Amino acid sequence: MIEAIFQYEFLQNAVVAGLIIGIIAPLLGVFIVVRRLSLIADALSHVTLAGIAGSLYISQMVPALALLNPIYLGIVASVTGSLFIERLRRVYKHYEELAIPIIMSGGIGISAIFISLAHGFTTDLMSYLFGSVSAVSRADLYVVIAIAFVVLVFLRIFYKELFVLSFDEEYSKASGLPSKAIHILFMIVTALVIAASMRIVGILLVSSLMTLPVAAAMRIAKGFKQTMIYAILFGEGAVIIGLVSAFYLDLAPGGTIVVTSIVILLLVIWLKKLYYTLQRTGVEV
Amino acid sequence: MTKTLIELQHISFAYEHTQVLQDISLSIHEGEFVALLGPNGSGKSTLLKIILGLLKPDSGEVILFDTPAKQFKERERIGYVSQKSNAFNSGFPATVYEVVRSGLTKRVGLFKRLPKDTNRRIEAALEAVGMQGFSNRTIGALSGGQQQRVFIARALISDPEVLVLDEPTVGIDHENVQAFYDLLATLNRERGITMLLVTHDVDVVSNHITHVACLNKTIHFHGYKNEFDDMTQEARDAWYGHAVRKVH
Repeated sequence: MIEAIFQYEFLQNAVVAGLIIGIIAPLLGVFIVVRRLSLIADALSHVTLAGIAGSLYISQMVPALALLNPIYLGIVASVTGSLFIERLRRVYKHYEELAIPIIMSGGIGISAIFISLAHGFTTDLMSYLFGSVSAVSRADLYVVIAIAFVVLVFLRIFYKELFVLSFDEEYSKASGLPSKAIHILFMIVTALVIAASMRIVGILLVSSLMTLPVAAAMRIAKGFKQTMIYAILFGEGAVIIGLVSAFYLDLAPGGTIVVTSIVILLLVIWLKKLYYTLQRTGVEV
Repeated sequence: MTKTLIELQHISFAYEHTQVLQDISLSIHEGEFVALLGPNGSGKSTLLKIILGLLKPDSGEVILFDTPAKQFKERERIGYVSQKSNAFNSGFPATVYEVVRSGLTKRVGLFKRLPKDTNRRIEAALEAVGMQGFSNRTIGALSGGQQQRVFIARALISDPEVLVLDEPTVGIDHENVQAFYDLLATLNRERGITMLLVTHDVDVVSNHITHVACLNKTIHFHGYKNEFDDMTQEARDAWYGHAVRKVH
């Protein structure tokens, strides 16, 4: 595969994009998981699908836009969805989770309409659903790099405020921090990461790359910074193993990456248990 | 005359159609240790939330450090410790060090890095609450009483002038409650931190407090602790709705 990477541009795109996503998705995922927003990330990914399906339909209908990269409309849909979720959460104050099924079914519903208008699934759409090793273009890669830059700058600037907001929202408000503004920025950044990740892992599996490495990291990390480091390590491990196996076995990388993440998670849980059992029985570890 | 730190002027508040607070006027002065007492549903937590800016009163005004709350930007001067049970998700993967450090966030300000002496400050704050040596422990692995001490340290690190505490001992083992209030009294006496405490533990805290405010939708009494002890039985019944023990 190493040789092939030097030979084929599409592989370079996939590998570089994959490695970048392996960092930003779990990194942002740590905040998403501790703030109990995992399902919201999942709902947003379905809204992104509506944007992608819409874009694919438009490029079919309007020949002038045939070359429009669907990732742009995907980003627009995802960011719009994130703002809409916030609005809904405020309308249904006592049933905040209602926003999730509303947005999720809305996203799938709109996607279904566009897909049937475009006369069914195309291979293109399949690659957006489950990811692809071969479909990542240079333009996609540039979008991923730009989004990664935004995410890293955002986390660098607002790390301490995000930590407070994640740990104790009421305390954050009582301290007079601009919690609402930071939360909205956070949702927009989440929407961007979802749009960036879908090319590699696929829309249906995006949220797994934000949650599974974090779930594994939380089992063994002592502290927040360690959780982020382990989450990135597990995320990168899953992306690398997933991409390599997808390449050799000709499978959708979304599937192989998610299955690898689950294997890592199970291994971590099992190893931790083993560690405790050994410790309890007095064996030096 | 000592400085007035928190002043409530004719505060009223209703949740939908239920009037919770009616025309509350109350002043908290520098150095006081005020216990805010009242039966369940008397509006104690609501009043604290209004002081902290978490809720907006329907009418009346909150003045903090001589500034109307709407214009008050230095919220870090008021530290807040909430009930342990609803404060945070106990599975949160953070160390004591990270939690205490987060108390500096507002004081340091947006777009700014933490100061160089942050480590020393964290150690000092943990020492002040008797939790030195715990910095690398996971917050969720501590006992309820230890967690509350860490939250006091988180408040102390930004040098607050007032600490607002909402039933901070709920869920703490009985034997640790006294030690917790002793800590608050020390901070009040030695550092001059003004305390506003909502509590049910009247007996335990009584030898530390200087003032008492009795709330049940309206303020039924506000004054020195010894005046509260002399409150007539009729006045107590009118406030609490039924007979209440005298505090010794």
